[in-house]
Amino acid sequence: MTASPIELTPTADDHRIARYAAAAIALSVVEAAIPMPLPGVKPGLANIITLIVLARYGWRDAVWVTLLRVVAGSLLLGQFLAPGFFLSLAGALASLVALGFAMHLPARWFGPVSQSLAAAFAHIAGQLVVARLWLVPHDGLLYLLPFFALAALVFGLANGLAAAKLLEETASIASRPAGATNDRT
Amino acid sequence: MKNFLRFMKPGDWAMLLLAAAGTAALAPIAFSGGAAEKAVVRRDGVVVAELPLTQARRIEVAGAMGAKGTTVIEVQPGRARVASDPGPRQYCVRQGWLTQPNAIAICAPSHISLSIAGRTGSHDSLAY
Repeated sequence: MTASPIELTPTADDHRIARYAAAAIALSVVEAAIPMPLPGVKPGLANIITLIVLARYGWRDAVWVTLLRVVAGSLLLGQFLAPGFFLSLAGALASLVALGFAMHLPARWFGPVSQSLAAAFAHIAGQLVVARLWLVPHDGLLYLLPFFALAALVFGLANGLAAAKLLEETASIASRPAGATNDRT
Repeated sequence: MKNFLRFMKPGDWAMLLLAAAGTAALAPIAFSGGAAEKAVVRRDGVVVAELPLTQARRIEVAGAMGAKGTTVIEVQPGRARVASDPGPRQYCVRQGWLTQPNAIAICAPSHISLSIAGRTGSHDSLAY
């Protein structure tokens, strides 16, 4: 029997996506350690990475980075395929759809903050729909809605500002030709 | 803080205002929680237990059948049932889960009833 090595040649795109996904995963793990008053309420720091990737490389890369973060982050936290995983997945998918629309807002008037707010509210909406339909099939869940909305407002704003700041500070890096020199920064 | 204000474009302010208004509009929900649904257990018409339908619980209620056994009420999020009863015909047990407001399961031999209350329902009473 001969060995049949499977060779995958990662492209520059793959490397870039993996690097951003790694940063997002690290942020998810870090924020899992922050105690929160309500289960399900999280700052969503990893969304800062999603916003940056969206601004620099477009929606497709943002989807990749976000989904990799959800899957790998849940593996690291022992949440894979647990209810929490499906909640994050639902939230992530909803916010990616929202970002798909928000990114087309005129850049002259709307910045990362608008995108972040749209993503944050879509995230809680996606989560609550899945939670209501499947995990807690009871209207009592909706009493949590105002608290989730408040969290989305605060963290959506904060993450948007953080993304805007980081985009500005790293503008010089991004202006280099894509894929060529970004590997060592 | 002032440093960050320069990232706010006009549309961002509009979006933030919209989001804040939406959040404020939702706030009343947080304070309307007092009338949450609950399962009411009665013996001889007297309330012996009120269980909120938000968390799973199981309680035993001693009914009129005394030594023959107690009635077990089970509550899960959004529903409640008589899990077991010593009565001979088991009507209240076979009725299964109660989910509608004002639905009631009556265990006549034990003198125990289980009903759902708290939210304004579409029916005055529901029994099967």
